[in-house]
Amino acid sequence: MTTATIPEVSPRVGPVEGLRQSLTLAWRTVVQVRHNPWEMSDFSIQPIMFVLLFTYVFGGAIAGSTSDYLTFMLPGMVVMNMLFVTLYVGQGLNTDLTKGVFDRLRSLPVARWAPLAGRIAADQVKQAWSIVLVLGVGMLLGFRLGTSVAGLLGAVVLLLVFALAFSWVAVLVGVVAKDPERVQIFGFTALFPLTFVSNVFVPAETMPGWLQAFVDVNPISILTDACRGLMLGDPWYTGAVAVPVVQSLVWAGVILAVFAPLSVWALKRRV
Amino acid sequence: MEHAIWAEGLVKRFGQTTALDGVDLAVRPGTVLGLLGPNGAGKTTAVRVLATLLQPDAGHAAVRGYDVVRQAHQVRQLVGLTGQYASVDEALTGVENLVLIGRLLGMPRKRAKQRAHELLAQFNLSDAADRAVKTYSGGMRRRLDLAASLVGRPPLLFLDEPTTGLDPRARSELWELIRNLVAEGVTVLLTTQYLDEADALADEIVVIDEGRVIATGTPEELKAKTGGQSLAVRPAEASDLSAVVSIVGELAEVSPDVTGDLVTVPVSDPHLLPAVVRRLDEAGVVVTELTLSSSSLDEVFLTLTGHPAGSQDESEGSPA
Repeated sequence: MTTATIPEVSPRVGPVEGLRQSLTLAWRTVVQVRHNPWEMSDFSIQPIMFVLLFTYVFGGAIAGSTSDYLTFMLPGMVVMNMLFVTLYVGQGLNTDLTKGVFDRLRSLPVARWAPLAGRIAADQVKQAWSIVLVLGVGMLLGFRLGTSVAGLLGAVVLLLVFALAFSWVAVLVGVVAKDPERVQIFGFTALFPLTFVSNVFVPAETMPGWLQAFVDVNPISILTDACRGLMLGDPWYTGAVAVPVVQSLVWAGVILAVFAPLSVWALKRRV
Repeated sequence: MEHAIWAEGLVKRFGQTTALDGVDLAVRPGTVLGLLGPNGAGKTTAVRVLATLLQPDAGHAAVRGYDVVRQAHQVRQLVGLTGQYASVDEALTGVENLVLIGRLLGMPRKRAKQRAHELLAQFNLSDAADRAVKTYSGGMRRRLDLAASLVGRPPLLFLDEPTTGLDPRARSELWELIRNLVAEGVTVLLTTQYLDEADALADEIVVIDEGRVIATGTPEELKAKTGGQSLAVRPAEASDLSAVVSIVGELAEVSPDVTGDLVTVPVSDPHLLPAVVRRLDEAGVVVTELTLSSSSLDEVFLTLTGHPAGSQDESEGSPA
């Protein structure tokens, strides 16, 4: 009679316990990556390829020299890569929902917020890795910091905060999408235009006026400005860097305020 | 006596579909209840409500006295759930899956690992412990699913169609594992569309169809109730129908089922057929059909539900 003894039953999950459960679930996501090198290559090899392609194929034509273009483009490349990495939050969540893992988790006595928190915590680990990777490759190719290590750390923190907010967009897509492939399709159809119609790859001044108007309010441009300011400074970004930094944080706040409740609502409807 | 599982008047609707239409259940501790019904009958919905995954639109349910809505967290600590929708992570290995659950249940790392290997040995999966679950066969996969629901040694186990899609050998292996758990005192709620499975494992069977309970009893009672055989009588004249119904009903001591002009009744007494023939003759009723057919378990099911087991393909539960 080992199994049938009545266990002690606790009335609720404490916040510390919930946090521990979230970290356990984040650990699971990291182990998944270890088992699935393809995903690893997606957010490792793809950004390296992009850096190389843009620098050596377009760089000379756009900026006159590949090294100038690398300096100009790399902060934006980090921003773009950050957006694409958040998609794994949606893809992973969608896989859990379609395969039934999410229901298994919900049937366990764990905090209701732990599965989502675990995903987003794991995303932060992947984000940190891909930021380091893109910057590392850039530095090997000749990218040099124009400011200080403090500026660089500030940019990394800003990117992680923005990723934290933007991953809620991915959560919503993951909940709404029928299968994991559709999460990828969303990535290509929504994120590519969003990042290309920005100042990531070229300065906005060369674009027609109506397009510039969009580029100026695009949060991707604003975040790229902030990263250029924090990593490069003058002459790549002139003016007070605090402006795009604060604007980026406001954008992150708005995205979080809209998409977090929307995602939780959609998730409750789906399960 | 306190019930391990108790439900009263459970109702659950999905849009226009009523998946549960007032289901009552009562399961005594240490017994196996078989929830039997065709696809789309509401079995999965019932289990999902009892496992706190769905909230009922009406009615109440409790597990060991804890309300499944208001005290869901307590219920989750008592119940292990195995079903096709409560799955393990295919990307992880067998041992990683079980360690993950152990850790989520609050076990220290070492204890979680120890418990994982214990279960893998018990379920004959030790050799596959470090392989990704996506490489497992169907039978191995189900055994791991079952192991995953046992990590915390829950006193109650909900098994939703545990053997659907398994070959006969894997099926009987799983039955053996379930019997061992019952011997240890675990209370089991089992859903199945296989009558032999309910017959083999359940102490009591609840037959549900279209969201309603249509019969309850031990396997023996159900078989007796629906008869080993059934008698069908079709009068030549439609005007004789009521006479046939009353004669057959009186002799069989149950009220007959009338479909069109065909009167059917379960037969448990071998003297019924000659008695019916005599009385019909005395009453001057001419019949075009008079058949006695021995019913398999499937026909028992047919008698109860009005359609064969597994005839409805419509899926149930939450949208995929």
